[in-house]
Amino acid sequence: MQTITRRKALALGAGAAVILTVSDVSPLFATPAESDAEIAKFTGGKAMDKGRISIDLPEIAENGNTVPLSIVVDSPMTADNYISDILVVADGNPRPGIATFHLTPLAGKATAATRIRLQTTENIIVVAKTNDGKFFTDRRQIKVTIGGCGG
Amino acid sequence: MAEKPRLKVPKEAKKGEIIELKTLIAHVMETGLRKDASGAIIPRKIINKFTCEFNGKPVFSADIEPAVAANPYIQFNAKVDESGTFKFTWVDDDGTVTTTEEKITVA
Repeated sequence: MQTITRRKALALGAGAAVILTVSDVSPLFATPAESDAEIAKFTGGKAMDKGRISIDLPEIAENGNTVPLSIVVDSPMTADNYISDILVVADGNPRPGIATFHLTPLAGKATAATRIRLQTTENIIVVAKTNDGKFFTDRRQIKVTIGGCGG
Repeated sequence: MAEKPRLKVPKEAKKGEIIELKTLIAHVMETGLRKDASGAIIPRKIINKFTCEFNGKPVFSADIEPAVAANPYIQFNAKVDESGTFKFTWVDDDGTVTTTEEKITVA
């Protein structure tokens, strides 16, 4: 049987560290520019106001495979004043898009919750659109210990 | 899809009440980014659309990307003014459509 000396063990550790560093710079990540482009597509380039949105996410996700996300937008949700669409993007995933929710006054409350996959520590950006074409946005950073996008 | 979607919808509500609806469908949500043991990319297969209607009128829908976790769970609200039926629809990338209905009595 081959014994592992302390010197060998250190060398193995160093090798593993190099591999980890290399996979960190994988070109698969979406850049903030890509998530901005996704948002611009949604807003048609219109200005956004910050606020009215609360994003409920854990501070740290140990497993990026399934992270609970809950969004509430402050809106009366009446026939002439409601939130019609909510866009969710991430700026560090392989693709920026996560989901787009479409609501009607029948929803009663401008809220949606789901479970998402996150690759790395990144920002979740939410943009809400009102029925009269105004846009609101907010973002939350989340730390991710183990990414959940595969690849 | 053999497995029935799981739903949590109240059986009864008061007129004008805002109720919470929870849905979950069993699905692998394959992202199209993963590779198998031989290095070949596993093709994308996800639920890309979810809709909810009440008495034929749209309430809530979602365009879903691969960044939504496996067995997609979606929670939202609905304001009910009359008794009726919620209809839920999930659309798979391969064109499979799964629908299910749930009745509610509004007093």
